[in-house]
Amino acid sequence: MTRAGLVVPTLSVLVFLAAWEIAVRALQIPAYLLPSPSLIVLTLIDNFASLAASWWFTLRITLIALALAMAGGVLIAALFASSRNAERALAPFAVVLQVTPIVAIAPLIMILTDSPLATVIVCAWIVAFFPILANTLTGLRSVDANLRDLFVLQRASRWQTLRHLLVPAALPSFMTGLRIAGGLALIGEVGGEFAAGAAGRDTGLASRILESAFRTEIPKMFAALTLVACTGVALYLAAGALSRALLQRWHESERGG
Amino acid sequence: MTHSSTPLLSLSHVRREFAGGRVALADVSLDVADGEFVSLLGASGCGKSTVLRLLSGLDTPTGGSIARNLPVDAVPGYVFQDAALMPWATVRRNVELPLMLRGERAALMRERVDAALRAVGLADSADAVPRELSGGMKMRASLARALVTSPRLWLLDEPFGALDEITRFALNQTLLALCKPPDDGQRATAVFVTHSVYEAVFLSQRVVVMARPGRVVDEIAIDVPYPRDAAFRATPRFASLCARVSDALQRASVAGAPA
Repeated sequence: MTRAGLVVPTLSVLVFLAAWEIAVRALQIPAYLLPSPSLIVLTLIDNFASLAASWWFTLRITLIALALAMAGGVLIAALFASSRNAERALAPFAVVLQVTPIVAIAPLIMILTDSPLATVIVCAWIVAFFPILANTLTGLRSVDANLRDLFVLQRASRWQTLRHLLVPAALPSFMTGLRIAGGLALIGEVGGEFAAGAAGRDTGLASRILESAFRTEIPKMFAALTLVACTGVALYLAAGALSRALLQRWHESERGG
Repeated sequence: MTHSSTPLLSLSHVRREFAGGRVALADVSLDVADGEFVSLLGASGCGKSTVLRLLSGLDTPTGGSIARNLPVDAVPGYVFQDAALMPWATVRRNVELPLMLRGERAALMRERVDAALRAVGLADSADAVPRELSGGMKMRASLARALVTSPRLWLLDEPFGALDEITRFALNQTLLALCKPPDDGQRATAVFVTHSVYEAVFLSQRVVVMARPGRVVDEIAIDVPYPRDAAFRATPRFASLCARVSDALQRASVAGAPA
């Protein structure tokens, strides 16, 4: 990233936070309506033990769901790419899962699985797997036809074709899917937690947000919300960094800028 | 030409019709002798590329027969119109691909790839990735990838069609050096698809003129010995051969035009 690419967004965020802080103090807005950024940070430090445990829960579940979404999305994409009829038969289910809002399905999943943990994982998985499936499938379908012919001519085995042609050719599209899926997995996780409505120690940031709302501990709610937002940003940046590291030298999408 | 033995490749009344009824080849009979360089010349859509795909075994005819007098495990060196390089791999990795897929030893691969890169003039670009190369250099890498297996049969599908004239001349020269080395040993057989009259005359021993829908309309022998170099292009013989081939192509396109 260029200097301006890093400095400008950092400055704009700092200006926004400063304006927020000044506005809250100047207008004497009570903390139960809108806490100031400094109060949010203090709350974050005061409640660090409980929030960190919840954050770790949320992050762990998100990453597990993301890993399962990668496995499922890639496997189903491979199945669709090798058989048009498999795609015709299964695509409607994938689309229905994708277009139905997760908060609408979550209570049903809660009833079916009867486990808050399973509900959260399934919710995060459902929203994360579709972009990986769709993008990986596009990647597998866009393999250079001449290169395919070359592999056939050289009598490459299925494994060789997969390893040396299909995987590298589909990688840029897969990475695009992963970037979208990282953020979506977090959204699914939070939605799932809301639906599961679990309280207690072994729960995530969404439970802290609900809990704080009930107790009108608004600064704590903002602290938990800040952690959720930062986690989403971190996931997005991590996927972007991975994509750059893998594709920088050869793919147009990671050149320049 | 070596007409003494059976031809290396023989198409007999070959027909290729695609699902939906489109006829790529109506009726093509063609023999290619061992060591011969044959060009297939014709307008787009006359089935030249289909002939190559059939010869390589990538496609099968819907009528007629094809005889390939080659060992069962012989893989032709196939060169496509676009260089068809793996964008994620260096030139070296691209060129060694056929050897790697056969499970050759690393030391042997290195030696053969180095030799092939030297032969096409890419020795200094072994570690570049395709996006860092010009169109002509990409095509050189593509030639090296075919060369690395020392194929007895080269199938070239308009390999230089997208290049500028100067680059094309240089690559024609390189191709002749690869397929028709001056020391007269075992020379490779080549079937070269093009829509350039000059290229066909410069490279080949025989120009086969094709027309729609997928048939051979004329054959012109280019009995000028190898090695041929830039001076050949300046000879009256070259000019008269080009005129003859152009004329045949003209008549073919009139005959093949939809009524």
